[in-house]
Amino acid sequence: MEVTLSVSRYDPDSERPETYYQEYGFDIDENATVLDGLIKVREEIDGSLALRCSCRSAICGSCAMRVNGQAMLACNTRLADVQPSNGGPVVVEPAGNMGLVKDLVVEFDLFWDKIRAVKPWLQPEGPEPEAEYLAPSEDMLHLSGVMSCIMCGACVSDCTVLEVDDNFLGPAALAKAYRFVADPRDGADNERLGELNEYGGVWDCTRCMQCVEVCPKDVAPMDRIMAMRDQAMEAGYTNTYGARHAMAFADSIEHSGTLDELRLPIKTFGIFNIKEMIKLAPVGIKAQLAGKRPPIFHKKTPGVENVRRLFEKTEKVENDK
Amino acid sequence: MKYAFYPGCVSRGAAPELYASTMEVAGRLGLELDYEPMKTASCTGSGVLQEKNQRLGDTLNARTFALAERSGLPLLVICSTCQGVMSQANKRLTSDPDYLASVNEDLAEEGLEYKGTIEPKHLMWAIIEDIGIDKLKAAVTRPLTGFKVAPFYGCYIVRPSSALDFDDNPERKDSLERVIEAVGAEVVDFDGKTACCGFPILTINQTASLTMVANHTGEAKHKGAMAMVTPCPLCHLNLDGYQPQASKLRRQEPIDLPIIHFPQMLGLAMGIDPQAMRLNKHIVSTTKLLSTMALTP
Repeated sequence: MEVTLSVSRYDPDSERPETYYQEYGFDIDENATVLDGLIKVREEIDGSLALRCSCRSAICGSCAMRVNGQAMLACNTRLADVQPSNGGPVVVEPAGNMGLVKDLVVEFDLFWDKIRAVKPWLQPEGPEPEAEYLAPSEDMLHLSGVMSCIMCGACVSDCTVLEVDDNFLGPAALAKAYRFVADPRDGADNERLGELNEYGGVWDCTRCMQCVEVCPKDVAPMDRIMAMRDQAMEAGYTNTYGARHAMAFADSIEHSGTLDELRLPIKTFGIFNIKEMIKLAPVGIKAQLAGKRPPIFHKKTPGVENVRRLFEKTEKVENDK
Repeated sequence: MKYAFYPGCVSRGAAPELYASTMEVAGRLGLELDYEPMKTASCTGSGVLQEKNQRLGDTLNARTFALAERSGLPLLVICSTCQGVMSQANKRLTSDPDYLASVNEDLAEEGLEYKGTIEPKHLMWAIIEDIGIDKLKAAVTRPLTGFKVAPFYGCYIVRPSSALDFDDNPERKDSLERVIEAVGAEVVDFDGKTACCGFPILTINQTASLTMVANHTGEAKHKGAMAMVTPCPLCHLNLDGYQPQASKLRRQEPIDLPIIHFPQMLGLAMGIDPQAMRLNKHIVSTTKLLSTMALTP
């Protein structure tokens, strides 16, 4: 199989360090992976190419990088699957959102700083048991989904919030936080949820699902973040814009069947929140002038009582759990 | 082709241009949009309700699917977010018979049952899969030659790809580009086309949200786009409505990139009056764009 890789190159020690793309063409086995291709380049064509890899079996998490613009493990991505149909090269770039060291190698400091920030260790409460801490199998089975994270950084690379705000804890660290919040042996849930409720925590996720899409181990970080939003609200952390937005949204559907877009921001911020109301004003005025203001009297969907009944029923099932 | 038509909340609220333009183009594509079966349907929950209670979200969507099923019509949506939230719910419901049965118990009181036969479909997908690109081309009376437009999908119509059946329908991946080309316009490819518009965190982290708006509209403009087209009204709300504020945040001068709803682009290529599609009712003015294209708003 003929393959052309267009590889992002960067050498900090060169006279004028800047990123450029270098193409490498070669013949390789049909089943070869992107990593096989890169190793072939390094060993046979250009020994100056820097990349990080180890196990070649999707276990060590060393070789996360962007292939055709999306983060993935180079070792479990077949070249044949990513060859563009237009005959162009396979574009290989370093992981995003992390500092560049050289070529395809990135700085992991930001990644580990965020993991450390969620206190990724068990904090049991009460007296220490005589033998080991016991936990129900089904709880641990549930946790195994998130424990299969191999810390490859693919989710961090493609997180759309980290791209614009590096204060965000990000998908990997928040998935790790969930691993302890959902651990029956951990006694610090309340403190953890309180901290995760702050700026940069669970509410700053924009629900874009990039992390769910790119995770090579199906950890689904965003789903864990959503679970912690619910747990934070259940634990009484309801006075954030995020929580108030979620509650106002649910109230609107329960009340009228559809979303009342006019009242949602007002309920989220609170009508007496002068600062936020003033911030809303320019957009509100422009929308009014453009005839885009949602109706003042939000109409109820016919038969909304059926929707309300489902709210009552489902909430009862949740509470019984 | 007749569909049970689910317009979603936003096309009847803050983005009435989407509703108007959909109605304008439907007839010319041979689409009959029947709202009757959907008139008691609720909001999909938009992913927000699901934060609090996923089962409730799934139940409400199962109810909508059951209403569509009862009408015997396929289900059409015009919002990327509705598409994604419905597809995800549908996946959970149809892949677990016990779950579906228990959700159906809740629906039974209203005399409804979801049998699992509905495939919610965005107008953009329906054009490719049901109506046919050729039929769209035949409806084009005024090809948008010289119109350079950047595609912006909206997260929920591209991720997670497993819930959206991309494996069975690979053309969904670049459906927007396919339609842009079919109406004679030129695709301006840019990195942000499948990224997030920032709308979901607008009330939570406004600076981050507006930075996303500035980055994507700025990049598209820089690459030569005259406008951006999106099948998602929520993306439209942020990219259009908050573009002036985003411009201020990042740059001296306004980015000034009109954001066009997907059916508005179709309508322009069909020679429909821009005013009838409310193109004069955007926050970022479309006047300059329309005059460049020799159309009056």
